Amino acid sequence: MIHYIIRRFLYAFPLLMGVNILTFVLFFIVNSPDDMARMQLGQKHVTEQSVTNWKQQHGYDVPLLWNPDAQGEQKITQTIFYQKSVGLFLFRFGVSDSGRNIGADIQERMWPSLALALPTLCVGLVVDISFALMMVLFRSSYLEQAGIVLCVILMSISSLFYIIGGQFFIAKLLRLVPISGYDDGWAAVKFLILPVLIGVFSGIGSGVRWYRTLFLEEVEKDYVRTARAKGLTETQTLFRHVLRNALIPILTGVVVILPLLFMGSLIMESFFSIPGLGSYTIDAINSQDFAIVRAMVFLGSVLYVIGLLLTDISYTLVDPRVRLS
Amino acid sequence: MVVLWTDALIFILIAAMLVLAFYLRGKEHIKRPLQKIARSKVGMASLVVLLFFVLVGLLDSVHFKPVSTKSNEIISFLDYWATPLREHGEKTYSAPFATTLYSKEIMALADGTTQWGYPRLAFGGNYLNNPETQHLVDVLQKTGYGFIQGASLAGLLLLCYLGVRHKAQDDKKQVLTLSASLKSVMAVVFIIVSLSYTLIYLSAYYHVFGTDKVGEDVFYQVVKSIRTGLVLGTLTTLIMLPMAIIFGILAGFFRGWIDDVIQYIYTTLNSIPGVLLIAASILMVQVYMANHEQDFTSVIVRADMRLLFLCLILGVTNWTGLCRLLRAETLKLREMEYVQAAHALGVKQNIILLRHILPNVMHIVLISVVLDFSSLVLAEAVLSYINIGVDPTTYSWGNMINGARLEMAREPIVWWSLSAAFVFMFTLVLAANLFADTVQDAFDPRRSAE
Repeated sequence: MIHYIIRRFLYAFPLLMGVNILTFVLFFIVNSPDDMARMQLGQKHVTEQSVTNWKQQHGYDVPLLWNPDAQGEQKITQTIFYQKSVGLFLFRFGVSDSGRNIGADIQERMWPSLALALPTLCVGLVVDISFALMMVLFRSSYLEQAGIVLCVILMSISSLFYIIGGQFFIAKLLRLVPISGYDDGWAAVKFLILPVLIGVFSGIGSGVRWYRTLFLEEVEKDYVRTARAKGLTETQTLFRHVLRNALIPILTGVVVILPLLFMGSLIMESFFSIPGLGSYTIDAINSQDFAIVRAMVFLGSVLYVIGLLLTDISYTLVDPRVRLS
Repeated sequence: MVVLWTDALIFILIAAMLVLAFYLRGKEHIKRPLQKIARSKVGMASLVVLLFFVLVGLLDSVHFKPVSTKSNEIISFLDYWATPLREHGEKTYSAPFATTLYSKEIMALADGTTQWGYPRLAFGGNYLNNPETQHLVDVLQKTGYGFIQGASLAGLLLLCYLGVRHKAQDDKKQVLTLSASLKSVMAVVFIIVSLSYTLIYLSAYYHVFGTDKVGEDVFYQVVKSIRTGLVLGTLTTLIMLPMAIIFGILAGFFRGWIDDVIQYIYTTLNSIPGVLLIAASILMVQVYMANHEQDFTSVIVRADMRLLFLCLILGVTNWTGLCRLLRAETLKLREMEYVQAAHALGVKQNIILLRHILPNVMHIVLISVVLDFSSLVLAEAVLSYINIGVDPTTYSWGNMINGARLEMAREPIVWWSLSAAFVFMFTLVLAANLFADTVQDAFDPRRSAE
C-alpha cells in the first residue's frame, strides 16, 4: 500500500509541471509581456519607454526561456520562466502587479474562505443525504414523484437568483441578518449564516438527485434483499446497510473537494463581500492582475492534486477490496 | 447577407444533425428509444418548448445589412421583425405596462412653468389621453384582445393539424383518440402560440417587461438573449465532442502509452479549477483583441468573436468528463465477445473502432450532450457576472442580471429585468433538464430495463 501511495505521490509532479507549462504558455507566449504592459498602461499613446519601464518594474524585462547575455547558470535563471513559473513550486508567489505580496495575501485570505465553504459543505451534505434517504424510503410513491419534480425545478434556477433572492428577502425585507460584510473571530457568524444557507439551498436540487441515484443503486443489491429477508424493517435496512455502504462513494467524492475549499467560492464571496480567496481572484480578474491569476491557477491545481492523493489514500482505508488488490 | 462565425457554426451543426438523422433513419436500435421518448408526456412537452426557443434563436442567427440605412450596422431577422421595439426607446427605467417614467423629474409644462413629477413615456401607452382612469382598462382590454386572437390562431393551427390527420388516417373513428403525449404537445403548442402572440400584440402598445437604465425595452433584450444561451449550450458541445470522442476511444482501445498520455492530458486540464482556466483564457483573449483592434471592425463582429472564444474555451475545459466516461466504456467494450470475434476474423483495427466501438458508445455521447446543455446555459450567467463571460455589449441573461443586480439597492426596487431574465432562463433550463431526463431514460441501457 505504501508503494501505491508513493507512486501516486510521484505522479503529482508531472501533473503540476504540466499545469505550470500550460499557464506559462497562456500568459507569456500567447501574449507577450509587451502586450500586457500596453493593456495595463491603457491603449492609447503608450511610449516605448513607458512599456520598458513597466516591464522592468514588474520583472518582465528578461527573455522568456533562455538568456544568452547572462553568465553560466544565469542563462537559465535570468528568464521569465525560471523567475515567474519555477518559483511557484516552492510556493514563492512573488509580488502582484499592484505591488502586494501574493503569498501573504493568500495566507490571510484563505481562512474566511474556509469559514464559508466548510459549513456550507457539511450542512449541505447532511441535508442532501437526509432528503435523498427520505426519497428512497418512500420510493415509487407520490411523495417521491413530488420530490423529483421539486429537485428538477430547484436545479433549473441559476445560483445567481438564489443569492439575489436570499439577499433581498431575508436580509433586506426581513432584516434578519446583515446583507453583506465580514468581521474577525466569532463576530463573523452573523455574516456567514445567510451565505451558508443559500449555498446549501442552491445545491439541494442536484445534490439530492445524485445521492438518490447512489442509494437506489445500492438498494437493488443482493445483500439488501438478504437483510429484508431476515426480517429487518425498511428503515433498518436503509440506515444500517444501505447508508453505510453508500457512504464509500460519498466520502471519496467529498475528499476530492476538501482541499479546494480553501479556494472559496467566487460568486458567493463577491456577493457577500467576504474577504476570501474567491473575491481575491475576482478582484484580480477585474483589475487584470495577471500575477495573482497565475498564482491562483497554480494554487488551485496543487490543491486538486492533493485532493486526488487523499482520495486514493481514503479508498485504501475505507474499501478493503482496493487494499487487497 | 452577413455570416458571422457563430452563425456559420450553427448552420453547420444543424446540417450535421440532419445528415445524422438521415443516416440513422429506420435503424432498429435507434427506433426503440426514440419511440420511448415520443411516448413520454413530459419529454415531448419540453421538446416543444426547446424547439420554440431554437426557432427564435435561428431567426436571430440570420444576419444581414439593411439596405435602407447607410450605417455599418448588422441586424438579424429577429431585429428586423422587432424594429419598432428597438426604436421605441425611453429615457430611462420604466415599469412593465407603465405610462410614465419610474423616477420623478422636472418637467416643462406647456404654459412655460416647471413641475416636479413623473413624465409620460415617449412610447408606452402614449395614445392615452387620461392615463389615470384609462390605463388599467386599456391594459386589460388589450390583453384580452391579444389573448383571444392568439388563442384562436393557436386553435386554428391545431384544428388544421387534426384535419390533416383525419385525411391521412383510414379508420375515421380513431381520429379523436389522441395519445397522452400528443395531447400534452398540443396543450404546450396552444400555450406557447397564444402567449407569445399576446406578448407581441401587447408590445406594440406598451413595454411589456418595462425598460432598463438606458430606456431599452427589456422584452427585446430577453428575447435576444435566447440566441446567446443556445449558442453557448450547443456550440460548446460541438467543439468538445470531437476531442472527447477521439481521445476517449483511442485511450480505451489502444491502452499502453497512448492511454497514459491522454490520461495525463485530461488530468492536467482537470486539475486547474474550471473558472480560473476560463478566466485566464478570457483575459488573454481580451489582451489579444485589445492589441488587434483593426481585425474587429464592428461591435457585433467583435462581440461574436468573443462569444466564439468563450465557446472554444468552455469546450476545452469541458471535454475531460465525457472523455473519461468514453474511455471507461471502451475499456469494457473491447473485451466483449463481438469485438474479440472481429479481431479473430482479422478485421482491421480502425474498422473495429468505427463499426463496433463508436456506435456502441454513442448513447453516452448523446446523454452527456443534453445533460451539458442546461449547465452551460446556467454557467453563462455566472461567468458574465464575473466579467469573464460574453462581451458586455452582447445581449445575454447573465449581462441582464449583472446590470439589474446593482439596482437592487434602489428604493423602490427595479425588479423587472431580473424577473424577465429569470422567467426565460428558467423555462429554457427546465425544459432542457426535463428533456435530458427523458433522453437518459430512453437511451441508458441500465435504466431502460425498468
